[in-house]
Amino acid sequence: MSPNVDPRAPVLRLAGITKRFGALVANDAISLELSAGEILALLGENGAGKSTLVSILFGHYVADEGSIEAFGAPLVPGDPAAALAAGIGMVHQHSTLADNLSVLDNVMLGTEPLWRPLSSRRAGRARLVDTAKRFGLGVDPDARVATLSVGERQRVEILKALYREARVLILDEPTAVLTPQESEALFSTLRGLTAQGLAVIFISHKLDEVLRVSDRIAVLRAGRLVDSRLAAGATKAGLAEAMVGRAVPPPVPRPHTVGDVVLHVDRVHVGAERAGARLDAVSFSLRAGEIFAIAGVSGNGQAALVELLCGLRAADAGRVTLAGRIMPADPREWLRAGVARIPEDRREVGAIGDLPLWENAIAERYRRPYASLGVVRRAAARTFARKLVERYDVRGGGIDTPARLLSGGNLQKLILGRALSGGAPRPGEFVPLAVVASQPTWGLDIGAVGYVHQQLLDASARGAAVLLVSEDLDEILALADRIAVIHAGRLTAARPTKAWTLATLGLAMAGEALPDAA
Amino acid sequence: MRLEARDRLSRPMLVAAPFAALAFTFAVAALFVAWAGAPVGRTVALIFDGGFGSRFAWSETLTRATPLVLTGLAAAISFRAHLYNIGAEGQLYAGALAAVAVGGLHGGTGFELPAVVLFPAMLGCAMAAGAALMALPALAKTRFGVDEVVTTLLLNFIVLLFVSMMLDGPMKDPAAMGWPQSVTLAGDLELDKLVPRTRVHTGLLYALALAVIAWVALRATTFGFEVRAVGANARAARFAGVPVERTLVLVALASGAVAGLAGAIEVAGRTGYVTLDMSPGYGYTGIVIAMLAGLNPLGVVAAAVFVAGVLVGADSMSRAVAVPTYIADVIVAVALLAMLVANQATRYRLRWR
Repeated sequence: MSPNVDPRAPVLRLAGITKRFGALVANDAISLELSAGEILALLGENGAGKSTLVSILFGHYVADEGSIEAFGAPLVPGDPAAALAAGIGMVHQHSTLADNLSVLDNVMLGTEPLWRPLSSRRAGRARLVDTAKRFGLGVDPDARVATLSVGERQRVEILKALYREARVLILDEPTAVLTPQESEALFSTLRGLTAQGLAVIFISHKLDEVLRVSDRIAVLRAGRLVDSRLAAGATKAGLAEAMVGRAVPPPVPRPHTVGDVVLHVDRVHVGAERAGARLDAVSFSLRAGEIFAIAGVSGNGQAALVELLCGLRAADAGRVTLAGRIMPADPREWLRAGVARIPEDRREVGAIGDLPLWENAIAERYRRPYASLGVVRRAAARTFARKLVERYDVRGGGIDTPARLLSGGNLQKLILGRALSGGAPRPGEFVPLAVVASQPTWGLDIGAVGYVHQQLLDASARGAAVLLVSEDLDEILALADRIAVIHAGRLTAARPTKAWTLATLGLAMAGEALPDAA
Repeated sequence: MRLEARDRLSRPMLVAAPFAALAFTFAVAALFVAWAGAPVGRTVALIFDGGFGSRFAWSETLTRATPLVLTGLAAAISFRAHLYNIGAEGQLYAGALAAVAVGGLHGGTGFELPAVVLFPAMLGCAMAAGAALMALPALAKTRFGVDEVVTTLLLNFIVLLFVSMMLDGPMKDPAAMGWPQSVTLAGDLELDKLVPRTRVHTGLLYALALAVIAWVALRATTFGFEVRAVGANARAARFAGVPVERTLVLVALASGAVAGLAGAIEVAGRTGYVTLDMSPGYGYTGIVIAMLAGLNPLGVVAAAVFVAGVLVGADSMSRAVAVPTYIADVIVAVALLAMLVANQATRYRLRWR
């Protein structure tokens, strides 16, 4: 508690942390130190071992080797309560708050013994207000969490940790669900915390924000600490190379001509049977050869829109026309019309994990052309799958491997190949009429991201109308010709990419009205 | 302690798993036998001898296996689609009743139609009766999300009471001295004996043929793909364009039809009439068999023969030593649990930390 500790002494010292899962070495002899008043960014691709490391730190896992010291005392391994007591607080990527309780209830939850009959709410409230004031985190203690925005919830999560007297705060991908403005507000909160002597570990895979917010950057790759440097003087390209282990070429832009309207969405309404699935008078047109992107913070209606455009749900009002035809809610009709669909959830929606790769490869075309008279044409299907695997560079097993064993990147390549090849016996001779891609690079490593981007660019160059629904603004700004923003089920007018800035995108994502611009 | 998925399945382990499960099963059975104070080795030997030790033992085992193959198939194909038909027992009785209604009423003449017409009609009506019982649960599930485990299970009791009503009422055999027993099937509708002077009948061939058909259909047809896709991941199947609801309804009807056929085959091959105790839980044992077989239709045949052999063997053993036949239920139940654990062990490993 008292700030009269030696400020240069490390608050946290990890020595030789190793963690194995079977044959996989998730953390390989990682040693790190964290000083008071410092923001350390933990940078690395999916599967690099970031989450494992903080899970060990917070006591969810026990390291196979190595030790942790917090404030000079050894930390009991495998005990979250000990980590909390030692002053380590964790803010998870997805909110772990109870929606139906107030902010005060959420913050106090778990801080009082269960067997005490009365909860001392008055003392709790005083302490919460005091903590909030001390760290400049304004929040109404009586507000129900369900009514708070994502940014506010995150503030409550941070407050919850501070209420328990955390001196080290771990944030797991905290900006993934925030608008640029909310991210900026979070960064200034973090700087306020470190000014008061707290230490912060900030996990991310976004290079820009890591450079902006952190004092020191530790890069993990395949379980090892490959680089640790001061943020001052580090460059994006250098960090990317450290993260991937090789230089990363940017996607090649392509000449393309924009043609006729292919897909027209006209004042579509979808009612909300669950939160965040509402669409309110959404209209837009998609033209052949262009990439049109829909930006927005997740949970603002993207899921409903994508389901609508994959043939999985019907609009309650309004209509969707594809090449002049009103489309029904039937995935097969959309496939027959030549729409390549890439769903957001590749493991649960994009692939049938327990079926082998070859059956997944033909899953969208199992009646035609890969069956006749109700019997699957096994030889033709397997030949097709082999070609698909080769052309789209799917690695990690033969065509008899269950799809669930593929890595995220390879699974996405399989889904991408299946969609873009349209089941044509020779992959590559089919050009989709339209491509509907939802979060196509979510959670992929940089190499696979580049591959997916190139495929989308190539598809539009060949004349496909590409709709990209994404939360990743860097991706959208790099690929899209036109952008619209979705907020609370409403879509802004589409504008050319050049007419947007990060600031205007952020405002639109937060639902603010935009000043009119040409 | 937690489970961790193995990256690759090892082939030796896949082969060894069922044997390890069986060894464990008999170790547990031996414990119970010893507890009952009987000589362990002799008792187990007697069970095997009674089930598989002679021509007669084999004939009894195969007779008992015939309905079990069919109810096992009924469970296996519906479970493959993640549709849990627990109602095979009721569907079996419905099929048996339908078979007698077609081939036994009208004074035992079966409407005076020639057997070539009447026999397929009998089987068809039995299958239709079983399928009809699945129609309601299937539609309730696909339309309203009603859990089919509950509906199919509860339908069993309704069907049994209905059968009881029919056996004491319209279909009662007047020559049965007051026993609740249906009229008998016309003689020319009965199945031929496969081996003379035993009870094995040609129903076994129907069951085997159906197992092969189910295996081929699941593996090679588009419907089989739909069933497996819906069972493995219904959301992904729907996304890919598989008509999920239609597949579920069709597989439910097929499952009910196979269980109904089991009833008709029992009546035509073994009993000749319907009583309320014609099935000692074949429908439920079929579920165990399907799970033992890993939901593989060909595996169902092997599992049904094993279970039938244990049941028959336990019957004959209990006449020689003082161990109740319930040991058979213990063996079958432990075998199921051991097999489930063994299957998981091939896919996951246990980590203590």
